[in-house]
Amino acid sequence: MKIVVIGNGMVGFKFCRKLVERKVPGLELIVFGEERLPAYDRVHLSSYFDGKSTADLLLAPKNWYADNGVRLHLGDPVHHISPGLQTVTAKSGITESYDILVFATGSSAFVPPMPGTDQKGVFVYRTLDDLDHMKTAARKARRAAVIGGGLLGLEAAKSCMDLGIADTTIVEYAPRLMPRQIDQNGSAILQKQLETLGLKIRTNAYTTSILGDGTATGIGFEDGSTIPADMIVISAGIRPRDELAASAGLETGSRGGIVVNDRMQTTHANIYAIGECALYQHIIYGLVAPGYEMADIAIDNILGGNRTFGGFDMSTKLKLVGVDVASFGDPFPPPDSCRVIVFEDQVAGVYKRINMTDDGQYLLGGILIGDASAYNMLLQKVKNKMKITGKPEDELLGARSTGEAAAGVLGLPPDAMICSCESVSKAAICQAVEDGHETFNAVKKCTGASTSCGGCAPMVKDLITYTLKSQGKYVRNVLCEHFGYSRQELYDLIKIRSLHSYDEVLDNIGHGDGCEVCKPAVSSILASLWGDMILAKGNDTAQDSNDRYLANIQKGGTYSVVPRIPGGEITPQKLMAIGRIAEKYNLYTKITGGQRIDMFGAHVGDLPLIWEELIAEGFESGHAYGKALRTVKSCVGSTWCRFGLHDSVSYAIRVEERYRGLRAPHKIKSAVSGCIRECAEAQSKDFGIIATEKGWNLYVCGNGGSKPQHALLLAADLDSETCIRYIDRFLMFYIKTADPLTRTATWLNKMEGGIDYLRNVVVKDSLGIAGELEREMQALVDSYKCEWREVVETPALRKRFTHFVNAPEEKDPSVQFEQLREQKKAVEWK
Amino acid sequence: MSPITKEKTNWFFACKVEDVPANGGVCIKYKDEQIALFHFARRGEWFASQNLCPHRRQMALSRGMIGAQQGEPKVACPFHKKTFSLADGRCLSDEHECAIKVYPVKLEEDRIYIGVGGGKETSAVPA
Repeated sequence: MKIVVIGNGMVGFKFCRKLVERKVPGLELIVFGEERLPAYDRVHLSSYFDGKSTADLLLAPKNWYADNGVRLHLGDPVHHISPGLQTVTAKSGITESYDILVFATGSSAFVPPMPGTDQKGVFVYRTLDDLDHMKTAARKARRAAVIGGGLLGLEAAKSCMDLGIADTTIVEYAPRLMPRQIDQNGSAILQKQLETLGLKIRTNAYTTSILGDGTATGIGFEDGSTIPADMIVISAGIRPRDELAASAGLETGSRGGIVVNDRMQTTHANIYAIGECALYQHIIYGLVAPGYEMADIAIDNILGGNRTFGGFDMSTKLKLVGVDVASFGDPFPPPDSCRVIVFEDQVAGVYKRINMTDDGQYLLGGILIGDASAYNMLLQKVKNKMKITGKPEDELLGARSTGEAAAGVLGLPPDAMICSCESVSKAAICQAVEDGHETFNAVKKCTGASTSCGGCAPMVKDLITYTLKSQGKYVRNVLCEHFGYSRQELYDLIKIRSLHSYDEVLDNIGHGDGCEVCKPAVSSILASLWGDMILAKGNDTAQDSNDRYLANIQKGGTYSVVPRIPGGEITPQKLMAIGRIAEKYNLYTKITGGQRIDMFGAHVGDLPLIWEELIAEGFESGHAYGKALRTVKSCVGSTWCRFGLHDSVSYAIRVEERYRGLRAPHKIKSAVSGCIRECAEAQSKDFGIIATEKGWNLYVCGNGGSKPQHALLLAADLDSETCIRYIDRFLMFYIKTADPLTRTATWLNKMEGGIDYLRNVVVKDSLGIAGELEREMQALVDSYKCEWREVVETPALRKRFTHFVNAPEEKDPSVQFEQLREQKKAVEWK
Repeated sequence: MSPITKEKTNWFFACKVEDVPANGGVCIKYKDEQIALFHFARRGEWFASQNLCPHRRQMALSRGMIGAQQGEPKVACPFHKKTFSLADGRCLSDEHECAIKVYPVKLEEDRIYIGVGGGKETSAVPA
């Protein structure tokens, strides 16, 4: 059988991939594509301006086609079809005969008929080529306007902003944004959110012309008003590419589209049409998921099957310029036929609407803006016509704990479609898990679920977890392929078996060679348990590279050196010593965010020399390289400050010296403020201490890293000794129970019972382990040694600090610096 | 692992076994080139590759952490943790990233030799 496909977009490619997978004997598959590139991900087109490359967006590498016996002609559109002879002829003159012809020509951007659209500076938003042209033009553009406030228009507006055009206006003819998906109130909230991000929005605006004299200068409206713009993107809808089909005598719709039946056949039985060029029951489906479904159905019928297309749900969820927007089922049924519940929080920018049957028993559809976490479950309830149990408003507010959400997944019928893009049902996912595919990646690979838009990933993960649990399996968060244990289990096993080196741990309870995931995790556990010098007992190569060299590797491959400056207090003498050493070794210096001094640009071979001089001046390692306690910031405190209640500097030094270098699942920072003015910012730290009239308030689990989080009050008005005891218990409990690379904030967020539970353990000793935690911490405190000193004084360790093992005196010749403000800096990444 | 084709390979003396930490790597200077040499002590195998990280073009792979993925030996770059196979050089963590060059290694008593030019540049030798 010889099949010719016209079009190599997302749907055309999906057709090829699914057909290839069927392994049809004697199949000849030929594809003609108009664009210069093979099929790419058009759904995520705007990520092209957000750092993704062409290669990132390709749906398959170029050689996929040849490897699978598909003949792909790129940049060669089909110009003529002869249904009688069953041949197609392309622009290049190539003529191919076919048994089956498939139209997957998609659609083009609709450019409204008005004057001025042919000028320089006017773009449509459709192909990577369009985006490349925009990229070039954006360099000179100051003001952009996007005509069309639908899905694609908003994406285009985001792209204009990503291209650096801060002054971007969206122009929409309808009274609201995304008129097909959301209602007036939802649009108002969305509009407000987008305006906060800097976008200008004009609704009720009917564009009549593009101004300019060969080069676009602005937009003219029906009411006579104008706005200036030197880059104009038209995103006013799509037009099905049906011209070739029409000229070949196939029936097309009055407003475009190749007419197909429910088997995707056109008016010629051996010619099919799928995707955005196909008109099914007077509807063009402008989404990728129904296109994929059409591809599936066409293949089934071509190969003698009998599946039919029954329309498709047009629900969508997306993130627009950082704002969640979703619409599912019927977003606005006629008002008298349904019951509507609306939740609106203008401050938070959240709008939710659900439409139910009059009796409140079934969900019809709805809109979610600002928070679309309930989308997947609500969509399932609509699609599967599931009866609403409990109060209808609970549906609206969504699952309020993850437990509920997951239980919801279990409640779905087996044939519920979890992944619409790839048509994967709940039953298929559960079956895959039962067959032994127990991780998300394994299920993804086995079923294809979550490989397209990825929107169903949370549900797939919930299904895996709950299927495993329902089988009575213990669901564990195992470290990696070399250890079948979680970090907490490893911690216990290493302690009970008294294992002291990475190799011992691997020999006793792991297998294989280890990797970059388990080595640092095990090393951190060993350091937290025994307090041995981290480079001893052959553990050096099991340390993360920064730990292995006791310094942070920076751009260019040189290292930075941060001596400990407890509480940020330093004598003029020591300041001068740092200055002198930095000058001698030609290092760039900077005060860090944590009240220390960082020296950059040290060659690996110079590290022991630099440390040696620092040690001689009374410094020690600041552990800036480790998942360890870094700094304890402090304000100036009662010794100098007119507001200070207690001596925060002395207390910060005491805390820092107690926990210096303490190895943990993640780096830890702390601060001590002398009064509630909080100049040390203690509430943004993993643990923070603030002076009160009666003592110290202890805050824990702040920071959060990329998702900043405030610390919570653990205990109030503590005396200095009690405060230290509570910190001992808190840190030790964290070290013993947190997963690798989990910050204290994340650890607390995941803890059942939250801060109340933590307070019970730390303050009330509800588990009866407080004494043990304190003893273990004390042992670590007692075993502290400066790691830099150990290297400086141990010839065997010191020998490792060279760039070339066979030319130890030579420095890396590829290291280069540039000048910046009278200091050196690393050269930019190439 | 395929046997080394000895005829065409030009072997140079890199260093002694004792110069390389067990289960770790070192950087070898060879003319104007930098070659990362790794000792997989647990499996008694040696691997060598370019020292240049193809992602950010920095001389750093020898300082990376070594390990295995489904038995395939690999190194993780200390900069951004991209991992590369030491068997054939391909990037294991990012299919769009360039592959690295790998070199054959051979041991003669306690002396380590790396093969450059000619031959098939992939190998593992028992220690």
